[in-house]
Amino acid sequence: METPDTSTKKTGAKPGKLGRDVQARLGQQLRAMYDDVVNQGVPDRFADLLNRLEGNGNKDKH
Amino acid sequence: MPMDESVRKAILGAVPSLRAFAISLCGNVDRADDLVQETMLRALANIDSFQPGTNMSAWLFTILRNHFRSEYRKRRREVEDTDGHYADSLKSQPEQHGQVEFREFKEALTHLPSDQREALILVGASGFSYEEAANICGCAVGTIKSRVNRARTRLAELLAIDGIDDFGPDEQTRAVLAGGGE
Repeated sequence: METPDTSTKKTGAKPGKLGRDVQARLGQQLRAMYDDVVNQGVPDRFADLLNRLEGNGNKDKH
Repeated sequence: MPMDESVRKAILGAVPSLRAFAISLCGNVDRADDLVQETMLRALANIDSFQPGTNMSAWLFTILRNHFRSEYRKRRREVEDTDGHYADSLKSQPEQHGQVEFREFKEALTHLPSDQREALILVGASGFSYEEAANICGCAVGTIKSRVNRARTRLAELLAIDGIDDFGPDEQTRAVLAGGGE
């Protein structure tokens, strides 16, 4: 008798080839995660940074 | 130093995606924002090397990615903060996709080798073509394709999904299986 291992991997899964539904679902999750951040827009610190860089008139920059 | 308005616009316009990419690379919002800031500074310092008419966003991603890679090598021994800050950045978001499943997905993503993760993000989320992603990562198109494929396969393994039925109804069981960390 084998003891069940703790792996969550399913024995029936074929390595290397994923169904379209799985790929679609993974893609959806991925974009949802990414878009959560994208939708936060541009935090002030970045606009401020550009303003500061421009405002300094730093001609001596190497 | 006056900045070309179009450059300024392009850089600011790329910030949201750069942040999303940076967070997915390092798993930490504060560090990601530092990466983005450093990317902006480097881009402006090297703006002469940008070829007008080419993709500014891809250029910025390349700078960010290379900077992250060199930083990463330096900080190898530092453990990546994969849940804390990242989870914080998202906890105000609405529960559009079953919280458990979404959290598991993000967790699984952190277990991918970084070259596979970046390839998957660039192609699957940032919307770059395989060619653009290959340029950003400095490798062959075939390499990117194979990394993306391996990333997807690995994710499916980590999430123990091999069919659409595995999403959804059995979330609780999988949450128990995956809940060893707490």
